Amino acid sequence: MRSEYILKLLESGERVDGRKLDAFRDINIEAGVVKRAEGSARVKIGKTDVIVGIKTEIGEPFSDMPNMGILKTGAEFTPIASPDFESGPPREDAIELARVVDRGIRESECIDLEKLCIKEGEKAWEIFVDVHIINHDGNLIDASALAAVAALRNTKMPKLEKDKIIRDKLEKKLPLSHTPITITVGKVFDKFIIDPLKEEEEMLDSKLTVAVMEDGKICAMQKSGENSLSLEDANTMMDLAVKKSKEIRKLL
Amino acid sequence: MGMKTDEKLIVKGKRVDGRKPDEIREIEMEVGVIPNANGSAKVRFGNTIAIAGVYGPRELFPKHRQEADRAIVQCRYNMAPFSVDERKRPGPSRRSMEISKVTRLALEPVLFLEDYPEMVVDVYIEILQADGSTRVTGINAASLALADAGVPMKDLVVALSGGKVDDTLVIDLSGKEDNYGEADIPIVFLPRKKEITLLQMDGQLTPEEIKNILKNVLKAGETVYKKQKEALEKKYSK
Repeated sequence: MRSEYILKLLESGERVDGRKLDAFRDINIEAGVVKRAEGSARVKIGKTDVIVGIKTEIGEPFSDMPNMGILKTGAEFTPIASPDFESGPPREDAIELARVVDRGIRESECIDLEKLCIKEGEKAWEIFVDVHIINHDGNLIDASALAAVAALRNTKMPKLEKDKIIRDKLEKKLPLSHTPITITVGKVFDKFIIDPLKEEEEMLDSKLTVAVMEDGKICAMQKSGENSLSLEDANTMMDLAVKKSKEIRKLL
Repeated sequence: MGMKTDEKLIVKGKRVDGRKPDEIREIEMEVGVIPNANGSAKVRFGNTIAIAGVYGPRELFPKHRQEADRAIVQCRYNMAPFSVDERKRPGPSRRSMEISKVTRLALEPVLFLEDYPEMVVDVYIEILQADGSTRVTGINAASLALADAGVPMKDLVVALSGGKVDDTLVIDLSGKEDNYGEADIPIVFLPRKKEITLLQMDGQLTPEEIKNILKNVLKAGETVYKKQKEALEKKYSK
């Protein structure tokens, strides 16, 4: 069977598409792909294809952060992207993906939310980051996080006139301070792999997703997969993620 | 994380509740608190209180969800509306759905699921009072509830958070430390093999700081392991 073949290859340190264990597929980033959105980007990693659109609204700040704008991240695994996806409200995996992407943006303080307060305690900009999966061939989290950051960098804020949003007049750029890069490292046998294909992903014992800042600091992590990790595994995976993040950062 | 405060969270080496950086809050564990459940437990870390109930292994319905060669685990992490300052709207949230998923993945490696084909183990966690580190408190309760249910386990699972507050690495974050601190890392592991089954992080840390926290938490977790075993002995050695 094909899955056994893939597993056998991985065990001997090889991959079904001939890549090195720690190599990404070709990555293509295209910003500004959706005209109606305030910001957008499409990221293709191999056959994996993700669009992120940024929309803005005016909302009420959270009571415990009255002087901050609001970040909301969502993800839809639409049935167009994979025979495994079903219609209906977002399920566990989509929610986890959105929350991991959100955590990278939020914890890196990527968006300068303090500059998005309009009136303290009453009005603030809400920034909606919506991840739309177009085609699923593995590594959705890294692709989505990269598309989210590219879309945020592409975002222009609409004009505000007497507290009304004028959408056809996009003004200044969304205030950003940091750029997190999110890298997932997979483990199978004693091997660590980057950017798994969908059919490789299904073979992995566990994964660790790591969001890395410009200075090499880590701002978010999430372990997933069904098997445990040793302390040494976790440390190795973190180091590999930090190393790979430098390579991906250059693409932006 | 992310919220700002002028209040110092560490003064003269002591935390807001008087603890040393590597000190865990007062722990209380009790097994067998829900008569209807096959297994149950209540766990308190300071002001955080969680109960867990296990039902099963039992037959899974609808049948199409059954796995022919193993049991599945279903987890539900839920916060009571009165467990937090501002009332939490009842029902699942995106946060609770994510925590339910990582909790399931944290528990599965410890169970012999292949011994129970077509069955389900339901693990329900209710947070009654929240003061930080709720997911790990809930998972400690789930570990005891699984053992109490007599489900064969490779080991207990130990859950504990670590993080950074006022530039100091700490263990077992309280609610205030979680909100205003620099970073929070919930960790779940199998104490005998030191294998990690849950690892999440938010905040900003260098890789070296994270490695230190992981090491510290795995060490400090021995206390939690001991407390779990004591709680089981208390019920079963009578």
